[in-house]
Order: sequence, then structure tokens, then C-alpha cells
Amino acid sequence: MTAPAEPILEVRDLVKHFPLNYGVVFKRQVGAIKAVDGVSFDLRKGETLGVVGESGCGKSTLAKLLMALERPTSGSVRINGRDITTARGAELKRMRRNIQMVMQDPYTSLNPRMTVGDIVGEPFEIHSDVAPKGGRRQRVQELLEVVGLNPDHINRYPHQFSGGQRQRIGIARGLALQPEIIICDEPVSALDVSIQAQVMNLLERLQNEFNLAYIFIAHDLSVVRHISDRIAVMYLGKIVELGNDAEIYDSPTHPYTQALLSAVPVPDPEGRETRQRIILQGDPPSPANPPSGCHFRTRCWKAQDICAEQEPALEARPGSAHPSACHFAEARDVVNAE
Amino acid sequence: MSNATVAESAKDKDAKPEKARRPASLWSDAWHDLRRNKVFILGSILVLILILMAAFPSLFSSVNAYDPSTCDLSNAREGITSKHWFGTDNLGCDTYSRVIYGARVSVIVGIATSLISAIVGGGLGLLAGYYSRWVDVLLSRIAEIFFAIPSVLGALLFLSVAGRENAGAWIVVLSLAVLAWPLILRIMRAAVISAKNQDYVTAARALGAGPGRIMVRHILPNAIAPVIVTATLNLGVFIAAEAGLSFLGVGVQPPAISWGLMIGDARRRFLEAPEPLIFPALFLSITVLAFVMLGDAVRDALDPKLR
Repeated sequence: MTAPAEPILEVRDLVKHFPLNYGVVFKRQVGAIKAVDGVSFDLRKGETLGVVGESGCGKSTLAKLLMALERPTSGSVRINGRDITTARGAELKRMRRNIQMVMQDPYTSLNPRMTVGDIVGEPFEIHSDVAPKGGRRQRVQELLEVVGLNPDHINRYPHQFSGGQRQRIGIARGLALQPEIIICDEPVSALDVSIQAQVMNLLERLQNEFNLAYIFIAHDLSVVRHISDRIAVMYLGKIVELGNDAEIYDSPTHPYTQALLSAVPVPDPEGRETRQRIILQGDPPSPANPPSGCHFRTRCWKAQDICAEQEPALEARPGSAHPSACHFAEARDVVNAE
Repeated sequence: MSNATVAESAKDKDAKPEKARRPASLWSDAWHDLRRNKVFILGSILVLILILMAAFPSLFSSVNAYDPSTCDLSNAREGITSKHWFGTDNLGCDTYSRVIYGARVSVIVGIATSLISAIVGGGLGLLAGYYSRWVDVLLSRIAEIFFAIPSVLGALLFLSVAGRENAGAWIVVLSLAVLAWPLILRIMRAAVISAKNQDYVTAARALGAGPGRIMVRHILPNAIAPVIVTATLNLGVFIAAEAGLSFLGVGVQPPAISWGLMIGDARRRFLEAPEPLIFPALFLSITVLAFVMLGDAVRDALDPKLR
């Protein structure tokens, strides 16, 4: 699954600050939530980039920025060389064909007043030149078949389906415009474990069939590892470590990644006894007022004076072959450690 | 994977007979509930009779109440007779035919006021809720100005400014609608605000849907139920308000026939001849009751939360 060279999605220094306003009549800005604070990465055709991090680290905001559902404070998102953050009107609408989304909650992401046929067919109504009017119903039935649903259920309503089936409807809607990039914002976290596997397998099969590139956002590390070629670990609006799945899982170099991985449940009772867990102290700091220098230093056991003074760049370092944003990056195998 | 799919669709096939009996959309769910609701059936039969009465009064009465030659002063204030089922009024006119012909004003005022206030308030509420910011501030403040006027007093004022010579059913409709739309705007605005933050709206935006499509296809169908409920419940309120205004002498003016007017005319001689007051009052009560029953049933079916 090694990806070809040319990137179809280039994200550079993406920043989103939500203003914090105070006052009812005369609003004044008293600060900003730094939800996404300087994120850069590339995505190649047919590749899957997993994005992991705890709640509130900016994963979902990142997804909204990539989909141009929010306007970034600064930075750029280029799809095939064109910046979606500055696109407007008809150009933006055309660019949306190439980047689609599968949402987290299959119970709220489908309009309860529309039939499955209307939901999956809506992309064709919005982009009326994609499919001729007479062939739309057939296209919708093909899409339902592709995601493993019965095409005869086209006239049913979402509440007549189970969670896993609903998520398949959401995936069919995302596929309708034949995008090259699909952003999956925690697509399985609302599903039962047995259904999770089905949906994950469906996503993998579709990737092979249509050569899709995924941005796969999740907080479940084992789910991400299953599907991802490369993984970005986020903490407080920044990517702290970026590497392929073996680099991240077998030789993580950022202390935060190591702490995250040490919390992954191990299904083997023997290793479990001897495994050392890294338990972080405290809560993540507020994104309205992040610590100086390295954002992680307040909870890091390696923190020194330099961490408060200098922000570590996300780059390959002496202690880390892949990009890692830690002054004291050092590989440590926490998953397989004895 | 494929095994799982096969198993799943096999399960679907088994479940089909059970599922096929289930009504499909939420609207047809509501209709399904309504059809079994006795209150709804009784209310709608009464309302249908009333609408028929308003549209074709000659079906119910052989006497044309608008023809003054049918009145005979020598028969004034006659009690119930075989010729005059509900007696006659002060001028010797047949009360039964007047009651039948009076239904038209009540039905027009009730339905038209409800419709106009629902369309104006609903439309502006949709815009205010969807666009928020200054559109919301502007529309909501204007609505609050109208909201602050006590309704009977406001209608009295409006109608006395409009003048007696203009006063017909439509002026009453206008004066009531002017005061009723802010309530609908508020209800619609609140429903739109909660609907527009739903994931399916975000999904539609991600597909490139414009504001018109999002409002009409995604927000309106999910926000309109409380507006329909309020508009239906308001029908009876408006009919009662029209009768009240006509009774006070500022609503519909003679020679037009309205139950409120008839009650007003008959009240002075109530002890001598109670029939010209009792029968229009009875019809008014039944009409208001019928529309309120309808409204209650619609509310139960569409919006169980409001119960």
C-alpha cells in the first residue's frame, strides 16, 4: 500500500482561532480558542492518513476546515494545487466534488424527513451535471449496492435502518460525486464493535475499488492502525508526531504518543502484567491559553527549561527518524515492551 | 464482508412483512395516529360541516338571509315555530337561516388569519433563524414591538382606525393577523435554530447545497411541525376573537351577518326572546370547540413534546 508521489491534498500552516467574546450588547474579544494552531501535512492519492488525539484537540475542527465548512484564520488547504479556503461560489461548489465527508453520528447525519433515495440522490440534484436526470435513480441504487445495502430499500426512511446501515447510507452519499478524498470524522465511534469491523472493511474495500484517499479521524488507536498508512498525532491543536504506522506504533518518539499508546488495551493477559503504563498527570491545558513553548510540557516527564522557551518544530531529529515535535525525542516501544 | 452483507440482507427479507406494515415517513406516521384519534374524527366532521355551511349556505337553508324581503316585522321575536326553527329576531328575520349564513365570516376569519399569520410569521421566522445576526435582530425586534400590543386592545384600535365603512371580514382578518404573526415567528425561529445545527444540515453544506435548498429541503420539514400545531390551535382563538370584536361593534358591520353581531343585537331583549342569542352562541361554541379539538389532535400527532 505504498502511495505514489504526487500529493492531492496539501495542508500548510492551518490555523483556526475561535474568538472568545465578552458582553451582550457591545461584544469585545477577550481571547481566542486556538482549536487548530499551525497544522501542515500532505495526503497522496489512495493513501490513508489517520489523525488521533484526545477529545478537544482540534480533530473535528481540522475536518471542518478541510471541508471548507469553517474559514481558517490563516493557512491554506490545496486540493490538486487549488486552495479551497479562498474559493467561493461556483468554484467552491466544483471543488467540493473532490472532497467529501462521512460524519460521526449516523443517527443525526441523515435528514429524518427524506427517503434514502433522496438522501443519496441529493448530490446529483446539487451537481446536476454529474448524472443525467433519468439515470439518477439507477445511480442511487448502484451506490446502495456498492455499500452493501439492498437497492430495493430506496424508498425507506432512515429510522427504518440500524446504525451500521445508516452509516452505509452516509458513505454512499459521500461516494456519489466520486471524490478523490473522503474525510471520515470518527465514522465508527458511534457503532457497536461488531458493526465497526463491517464498516471499516467496507471503507477499505471502497478505497481499493475507487482509489480513494482518506483522512481518518478517530480516538481509537487500534481502529486507526487497522486502516492507516500514515498517522498524525494531535495535541492541543498541533500535530506532535507524524509517521507511518510502524514508526508510530513500534518506535514512537514523542512522549505524548508514548503515553497514548501505553493506554491501548492489550488483549493478551500475559504481556499485560509486565507492561509499563505511562500515566499522565492532570488534564490538557485550555486551548484558550496554551502553555508557552511546547504545549505538552505541563504534563511531560521529560520537560526542561528549553521546553518552556522554545517551541519544538515538527521535524526529523537525531532521536527520531520521522517528524516529531519534541526536543528530547527518543524512540521507545511501549506497545511491545516487556 | 460479503458474507456479512448477505446475512444482513437475508435478515432484512425476513423482517420485511413486519416492516411493510409500518408507515413510512414521519408525516404518514402522524396521519396514521390521527386517523385513529376519535377527537380528530369528531372535530374534523364538525369542521367539514361548517366549511360546507360557509361555502354553500343554501344547502342548509331555503331562506336567503341576505334578502331583506324574507323578514317580516309582524313576526318579530316569535318563539320556535315549525316555520322558524330557531325563532325570529327583532326585525322578524329567520334566526336559523341567519345562523347558517353567519358561518361564512367565522370560517373565513379563522382559516385566513391562521394561514396568513403562519405564512408571514413562518417565513420571517425561517429567515431570522437561518441567517441569524442582523436579520434575526431586525426581525425579532419588529416582532417584539407587535408582540407587546395586547391583542384585543390592538385589534380594537386597528379596526377603529380603519373605520366602520371599511369593516368587513377581511379587515378583521388583517387586524388579527397583524397581531398574531410574531408568536409564529418566535416558534419558527426557535425550531429553525435547533434544526440548522443538526449534522444533516452540515452534510448538505458539505455537498455544496445553497441556502435555499438547505432551508426548503432540510430545515423547513424538520421545523414546521410546531408551527402547524400552533396555527391549528389558533383557528378557534381567531373565530372567538372575530365574534368578540363584532359583538363590541368594531368588527364586521351590518348588513353582513356574523354570530358576534347577532349576539350583540339580541342581548338587549334576551329575556323576551332568548332564541336569537342562544343559537348563534351555541354555534359559535361548537365551532370553536371543533377547531380546538382538531388542533389538540394535530398537536398530539405532530408534537408529542408539547403535550
